[in-house]
Amino acid sequence: MSLNIIVLAKQVPDTRNVGKDAMKEDGTINRAALPAIFNPEDLNALEQALRLKETHPGSTITLLTMGLPRAAEIVREAIYRGADSGIVLTDRALGGADTLATSYSLAQAVKKIGDYDIILGGRQAIDGDTAQVGPQIAEKLGIPQVTYAEEILEVANGKITVRRRLENGVETVVAPMPCVVTVNGSAAECRPRNARRVMKFKNAASPSEMAKLPEDLAARVEAAPELQIKEWGAAFVDADPAQIGLPGSPTKVKAIENVVFTAKESRRLDNDDAQIEELVKELIANHTIG
Amino acid sequence: MANFYTDNPSLRHHLQHPLMQKIVALRERDYTEAQTYDYAPRDFADAMDNYDKVLEIVGEVCGTTIAANAEAVDHQGASCSDGRAHYADGTVENLDLCRKAGLMGMSMPRRFGGLNFPITPYIMAADIVSRADTGFENLWGLQDCAETLYEFGDDDQRSRYIPRVCQGETMSMDLTEPDAGSDLQSVMLKATQKEDGTWVLNGVKRFITNGDSDIHLVLARSEEGTKDGRGLSMFIYDKRNGGVTVRRIENKMGIKGSPTCELVYKNAPAELCGSRRMGLIKYVMALMNGARLGIAAQSVGVSELAWREALQYAKDRRQFGKAIIEFPAVAEMLSVMKAKLDASRSLLYECARYVDLYKVYEDIARERKLTPEERAEMKEYTRLADALTPIAKGLGSEYCNQNAYDCIQIHGGSGFMKDYACERIYRDARITSIYEGTTQLQVVAAIRHVTTGTYASLLESYAAKGFPGNLAPIADRLAELTKSYTAAVEKVTAVGNQAYLDFMARRLVEMAGYLVMAYLVLLDAKTNEAFCDSAVVYSNLIASEVAKHVEFIDSFNPEQLAAYGI
Repeated sequence: MSLNIIVLAKQVPDTRNVGKDAMKEDGTINRAALPAIFNPEDLNALEQALRLKETHPGSTITLLTMGLPRAAEIVREAIYRGADSGIVLTDRALGGADTLATSYSLAQAVKKIGDYDIILGGRQAIDGDTAQVGPQIAEKLGIPQVTYAEEILEVANGKITVRRRLENGVETVVAPMPCVVTVNGSAAECRPRNARRVMKFKNAASPSEMAKLPEDLAARVEAAPELQIKEWGAAFVDADPAQIGLPGSPTKVKAIENVVFTAKESRRLDNDDAQIEELVKELIANHTIG
Repeated sequence: MANFYTDNPSLRHHLQHPLMQKIVALRERDYTEAQTYDYAPRDFADAMDNYDKVLEIVGEVCGTTIAANAEAVDHQGASCSDGRAHYADGTVENLDLCRKAGLMGMSMPRRFGGLNFPITPYIMAADIVSRADTGFENLWGLQDCAETLYEFGDDDQRSRYIPRVCQGETMSMDLTEPDAGSDLQSVMLKATQKEDGTWVLNGVKRFITNGDSDIHLVLARSEEGTKDGRGLSMFIYDKRNGGVTVRRIENKMGIKGSPTCELVYKNAPAELCGSRRMGLIKYVMALMNGARLGIAAQSVGVSELAWREALQYAKDRRQFGKAIIEFPAVAEMLSVMKAKLDASRSLLYECARYVDLYKVYEDIARERKLTPEERAEMKEYTRLADALTPIAKGLGSEYCNQNAYDCIQIHGGSGFMKDYACERIYRDARITSIYEGTTQLQVVAAIRHVTTGTYASLLESYAAKGFPGNLAPIADRLAELTKSYTAAVEKVTAVGNQAYLDFMARRLVEMAGYLVMAYLVLLDAKTNEAFCDSAVVYSNLIASEVAKHVEFIDSFNPEQLAAYGI
């Protein structure tokens, strides 16, 4: 049985390598100082999709991302690793969206794609760490969701079997398809880019990128549908303007503070049980641990 | 996340050598394959961009997973049970990644599923892989054998086996036996032709790298009653057919992730590759030349790793109130390590380009008759590749051992402990100057280019390129040293005693090799400032080395040979 798989991904600033200039004075992210990367857990999700494609020949993987036009970069990145095609949902009207508006917009795009069996995505993005978008999309589409997935064990007879990584262990669940599965960072790492696919698809471009390409290259992309990265706007996915972007986002940011961690005090303990127990109790009491 | 390609600007420097234009145009047959294959380049810039992007993948896979696995692979090692060799867990993962990244069969033609990469970027990948895990470079680098299969197999064999290699099946070259190491003429593994014309192999092979591979090239005695190299033929053994078991694997000092196998052939079905009796004298010689270039690349990768480990430690380690790199004794060691690294890498790629050129002409000759000019060029490039391969392998491997030694020295007492990578580097480095022909045998292969003047004319051509400004004094010095070298060659050959020439051969070959490398680094410095320090350091280093050899030769009385047991 072949599957139609949608992988949700986000291009994010690389917050794992934060330097001093990562934040501007007004508390917003200084995007110029942080390289834009493929959100790590979305890569875990892509790997699960690629494995399904291997075990279910004929399956297709469509990468769906919402963001700036430059997010076409992560579509190419996904295609290099084995995805078939990609869509960038991009529109000024979509800007400033919180998770509610984002999940609405993406759900609209999914409806536009229409035919799908599984929607995979990372558990959360490293810039917001909310882990809300995947589940909200499932709610909006009215389909089941499986979160914290570590491995898709089986897809058969319209059902998907997933091992979840929970705080205290693992749990295996079965869900009917179509469904949303959000994948944990503990899942298998994504395979590397494939040399041949890189050479084949390196010129893949979205319409806004094509506009900047030299003529001969643009003509080549024009003539080869597999090199075309789709770009969809809010109107194209029939999004209600009131539910997208800033107007559709009830979340209001009151203030952002630049927190600097400093080591305040250090204490020396003797190597005896009583002193250690006392410290542990103290740390539990002030909620440092536990 | 580390990327072993992008973090090392000298690789791009070598990739962008002007000669690449010619190499790539020939390799891509003037970019005609783009009409047939959607991943073939359309022009030179497109091809170079492809190499760059693919090497970036190599650098990423190496800089992350393969390098991270190296220590565990070294500890776990390969194992042997039930007649089979088993890789360490990390090795299995490494191979899986290389397959998924499509890094197998890189230099094979596209019609067999390869990437049609020239040797130069392929060798660069080997350089990078070796820095990540030297032992793994063997397993990955044995895809080289497909080159031999392509060159000497028939079309049916090519189309049956090469696509499998490109899909990620591994290879081995089963040459050595308990009584046939450096002396391959003594190979005894028996090939018997049955009545139906098929062949079976019986006997034992020893010290076979990756001996439990999927597809083996086997050197065997097909002509009963013969005793020398002319009775040997090359065979292809397919593991799927069975008949070969792994009796044991060696417990080695280094490259422990690479299983070195003793193989038992019991009526193992095999097919003849190429013509009978040509196994050693033609095919294995070609195979070994490719393998030697591979070891040269492996050596450079080790040198790179050793230098980086030493540099990092010297910056971090503080003694007497400052980082030890601030002490001249340590700084000098690091500069010399870097100079040896740069020199051997320049030679590696100079050699790789010549190999590229003669091989591509050979390949074109399979399609059409070469023009007289092309034939002459092919001959010249063959001669240059033949001259540079043994010094790239011989001296490059010696340098990586020296760098591994100095890497430990810079680590001081900590370097003697198992806690740092340098002790593994030291063990891994050691084999490079032994396998695929010891340094002593590389000297044997190189000495005729000393006596026939290949190196001298090469040095002359380098000198003629002209060096401006601050490089001019170095060039003048190298010109003087070249004179000392040619005088030494004349002095030794004038005696007309073969034993005396053999005795002096290593000294002469070293001088030639040092000078070739010194000029190459100087040429690098001419176009890229990053090599200026190494040009200075290396020319100083080799000036004293050449002087040492000249002094030895000048003051040596051939009658003293007896004191050396000669």
